[in-house]
Amino acid sequence: MSAPEKASTWTGRVRRAAVDAFPPERLLPETQPVYVASWVYVFGVLSLAAFAVIIASGCVLALAGPAWWHGSSIGHFVNSLHLWSTELFFFFMVVHLWAKFFMAAWRGRRALTWMTGAVVFLISIGAAFTGYLSQQNLDSQWIAGQAKDGLNASGIGSFFNVLNYGQMLMWHIVLLPLAVAVLVGLHILLVRRVGVCPPLPAREETP
Amino acid sequence: MTVAGFPRNPDPSAEWTGAKRPYDLIKEATVALVAVTLLTVLLAALFSSPDDKPVTVSSWAAAAPKDFLTTALSELDGTSGIASYGPPYTKVPGAGQNIIGHLSIERLLGVQIPINPAEAFVLGPLSIPAQTSLPLRAALRDYRRAGAARQQVWTTAFGKALARAQFQNGRLVRPFGPGSYGPVPILIENLFAMARSGALDGALISTSRFYQTNFTKALLFLSDGGYLKERAAQQHLLGSQWGMMNETGNYPGQAWLWLYTFWYQVPPFATSTNADAQIWAIMAILSVALVCVPFIPGVRSLPRHLRIYRLIWRDYYRMAERAPPAVAPVVPQQE
Repeated sequence: MSAPEKASTWTGRVRRAAVDAFPPERLLPETQPVYVASWVYVFGVLSLAAFAVIIASGCVLALAGPAWWHGSSIGHFVNSLHLWSTELFFFFMVVHLWAKFFMAAWRGRRALTWMTGAVVFLISIGAAFTGYLSQQNLDSQWIAGQAKDGLNASGIGSFFNVLNYGQMLMWHIVLLPLAVAVLVGLHILLVRRVGVCPPLPAREETP
Repeated sequence: MTVAGFPRNPDPSAEWTGAKRPYDLIKEATVALVAVTLLTVLLAALFSSPDDKPVTVSSWAAAAPKDFLTTALSELDGTSGIASYGPPYTKVPGAGQNIIGHLSIERLLGVQIPINPAEAFVLGPLSIPAQTSLPLRAALRDYRRAGAARQQVWTTAFGKALARAQFQNGRLVRPFGPGSYGPVPILIENLFAMARSGALDGALISTSRFYQTNFTKALLFLSDGGYLKERAAQQHLLGSQWGMMNETGNYPGQAWLWLYTFWYQVPPFATSTNADAQIWAIMAILSVALVCVPFIPGVRSLPRHLRIYRLIWRDYYRMAERAPPAVAPVVPQQE
């Protein structure tokens, strides 16, 4: 016989709260509301898949260091994987974002789900931008020189120096991906917690 | 499936009690991962990725010697772009973009990344070869000891001579000629030799520490010249060519920056001296608005008016509208 829940410990409280919020059938459901039947719903999971490919290709690039891909055909191919998975990630994410807007998917206590998704989009722009700065080629040089003016004018440039390669590389490979991953995790948990937003009223004249 | 499982007015705040369909989350995620991976491999194999070699100070001095020397002289006499930039690099009264009126965050924060152009790009690097060159050491000493007015006489005279100088294959073929240049020709010629040898590339990132990852000085120096801009123009990277969202070659680049780049193409920003500050302020407001869409009256109601949701949920509505109104429970709607 299993021991009764001990709510007196921090661990027990966290476990109980987690199981209450996310019972297994809610976390890994085998059914969905019947309205979740459009192809547009696929773009959320496609964004996640592209993000996974970005992380995986980035990890391979990290194995031999940031300059490896300039002198290796295999490295260059891995860099191409990293680039194209990023392009796909943004394409999928933008379609997902627009679809959720058209569905007014923030209804019914889902505002935080929308907000985490929007913040993920904005942080992803920063992650991709620092990636372009970390390429160590003509593109990086020019983008850094141009971007500094906007960042300086906003005051951010005083602390986030796009001309400092080391700083940009660390933001690109640690801080920003970590922020995206944490927020994507939170976003998914919120979707599982409150479910997929149902359709707007079938007839507009209905109150 | 009966129409009873398709309520006309489902309550978005309540647990869904209507019809359900089978769903395999793990299978969907696996199929998506495999499909995206294959698509990525296909795109990478077909289109590869751009990697145009960076501009070095050495390649700049070889390809555009006059531009290099003119830029170096402007750093020395304090007329370069960085010298007059203001915060966060240099202290220049009044410099710094305004968001509105005279409100400038740049000026409020002040100089956070101090750069002395003459020392950072010319005199400092020259102190390395000066350790083994007596004439250069003397020239450096003479220039540093001279007053600002004297220095300006020398650099102005040398600037005029430089404008007349001619180069062929990266070499000076028409000398500067006699003039009141003081030690400036020795300084500039030695800097040119350093640049051509590649020594200046190293000197610009050199500090008292062994490992280096900060290219601020080198990039600022390159940005002050015209050669990097010329290379960027060839790759359609200039601000007037939708700049940063482009990428070298025919690649999509950062297409998601289209809105940010758009502002730079239209008046009044296209000609505003405060364009960066103003556009960043606009984008900051728009970014906050994007995050806060659920709370913005009017914007949050747009989907109802656009009615694109009817297309997304068309199967659902087809079923729901077959049901007599009495079948479906009517619940108050929340926006």
